[in-house]
Amino acid sequence: MTHALSENAPGAAGGAFDRSRVFNAQLLTSLGPLIALVLACAYFASQSDRFFTGSNISLIIQQSMVVAILAIGQTLIILTAGIDLSIGAVMALGTIVMTKLAVQNGVNPYLAILLGVLTCAGFGLANGLLITRLRLPPFIVTLGTLNIAYALTHIYSEEQTITKLPAAQTWLRTSFTIGETRVPYSAVLMFILYLMTWYVLRQTASGRHIYAIGNNPEAARLTGINVRRMLVYVYTIAGVFYGIAGMVIIARTQVGNPQEGQTDNLDSITAVVLGGTSLFGGRGGVMGTLIGALLVGIFRNGLQLTGVASIYQRLITGILVILAVSVDQLARRRQG
Amino acid sequence: MSAQPVNVDFDPGLDPALDPDVTPPPTTASTGTPVLQARGLVKRYGQVTALDGADFELYPGEILAVIGDNGAGKSTLIKALSGAIVPDEGEILLDGQPVKFRSPLDARRLGIETVYQDLAVAPALDIAENLFLGREIRRPGPFGSVFRMVDKGRMLREAGGHMADLKIGIRSMRQAVETLSGGQRQGVAVARSAAFARHVVIMDEPTAALGVKESGMVLDLIRQVRDRGLPVILISHNMPHVFDVADRVHIQRLGRRIAVVEPRNFSMSDAVAIMTGAMAGERVARN
Repeated sequence: MTHALSENAPGAAGGAFDRSRVFNAQLLTSLGPLIALVLACAYFASQSDRFFTGSNISLIIQQSMVVAILAIGQTLIILTAGIDLSIGAVMALGTIVMTKLAVQNGVNPYLAILLGVLTCAGFGLANGLLITRLRLPPFIVTLGTLNIAYALTHIYSEEQTITKLPAAQTWLRTSFTIGETRVPYSAVLMFILYLMTWYVLRQTASGRHIYAIGNNPEAARLTGINVRRMLVYVYTIAGVFYGIAGMVIIARTQVGNPQEGQTDNLDSITAVVLGGTSLFGGRGGVMGTLIGALLVGIFRNGLQLTGVASIYQRLITGILVILAVSVDQLARRRQG
Repeated sequence: MSAQPVNVDFDPGLDPALDPDVTPPPTTASTGTPVLQARGLVKRYGQVTALDGADFELYPGEILAVIGDNGAGKSTLIKALSGAIVPDEGEILLDGQPVKFRSPLDARRLGIETVYQDLAVAPALDIAENLFLGREIRRPGPFGSVFRMVDKGRMLREAGGHMADLKIGIRSMRQAVETLSGGQRQGVAVARSAAFARHVVIMDEPTAALGVKESGMVLDLIRQVRDRGLPVILISHNMPHVFDVADRVHIQRLGRRIAVVEPRNFSMSDAVAIMTGAMAGERVARN
């Protein structure tokens, strides 16, 4: 990938206008993830007959969808040039609120879910307010709320996994079949959330403002965009996505587990970066993140099917992340 | 005093329609009601008095340059006029009516647009998106009102029209702004201001980040904006640029307007002498 890039950069004079090389860099960051996805599928399909079966595709989607939903929120935040490290812990707190209220306090299961989602949204709101009002870096704020949410999860759950969830809280795991492929409603929900976010980012003014803020916050402010309010919205809505991810994971696992979500911070960032969204903000999109999340799921699944020890999956994910960030960085440098 | 201002070395062959000889000579303004006026502006920052009773007038159809040494209160004056700061004393009149700006947004709502020196554009967004940033047009009907969908087609068409109005030759409005040269980017910023300003366009050091040729292009743009009927306030450190393009020059010194001169019958070196205090400004007629 990087080789192709350098071929297109004939070292033109500083600041000179060369559309083709910028175009190629942009094309690479937007199509790269899709190409990687296709190559990975082709490789694993050639190695294992079971890879391209309906049930296996269904399994990959189910294994990827919690991170995929979390990563929608992470994408929105990274597009504004922020980052959220509190993702997994906030989601875990949300799941405990949902399940404990319903199972131990007899709260209506739907109301309990709503309260869990609101808890997550509240954490997002707190992140957004701390970042915009006190002008603290997102990295530090969310590192703080990560620990707060983690501690609250364990205090409130008393380290107990909550079982025997009411049926209403696991309904999302029920499925319908297309052909021979089982599709749980939670997967449908994930695709709907992606489509909605894509629409907002691409087709509405608010979406364009999110990109503008990530690109050049001062320019965004000068054109009359209320940057601080928009950032608070973004962090809060990201919190809602964490709550929805929590709802999906309790349906999938049928328990409220205080240990949930511990790898999800980095997994969500991995999905965003593999999807071609720039960690510097203002570039990328949510559909790339979906591909990024599926890519991680495909590697995990494919390496399992081909009998490779699971630790190699992490090795390859790490290499892919560095590759993706390098491509992004190179693309930026050439545009600079 | 030497007779003619020094002309900057920029390529006049860029666009024949922009030839200064073809454009109608600007009327020696100073007549009628000023579009934008300030009287006795005072702004203090602690011990420092940045504006000490500054006056200001901008007349219809002119390019007024504001020059001054560092610390003369030039940028404070412009900030007061564009709403970025609120002066402690004095008044600002727009078309003869007193106005109060509490934020740049207030000034913008009243038709005063500012082009900032640091190329205030969002590089990854395309030209049309940048032109309409913060002022997106929604689609008609329920798509726009319920689903808040923006009308991309209309914004692309109108962006093309605005850029063509200023004779900025860029083919695709879908091009990301980062793919443009510095001068073209500034062109986008100028087109945005010209498209939405109803009264005044303020340009804060629009050529500071640009090379010689690109500066020439932006100076042409400034004339285009004036010739389309919008008066322009130009803040610049670059004397050749100021004397090339301005109809009148407001000289700011020690927090006040010390003189207003016309480049046509005033030399650049004398203007600099007034600006730095080497020549008394009060003796210069204010016409």
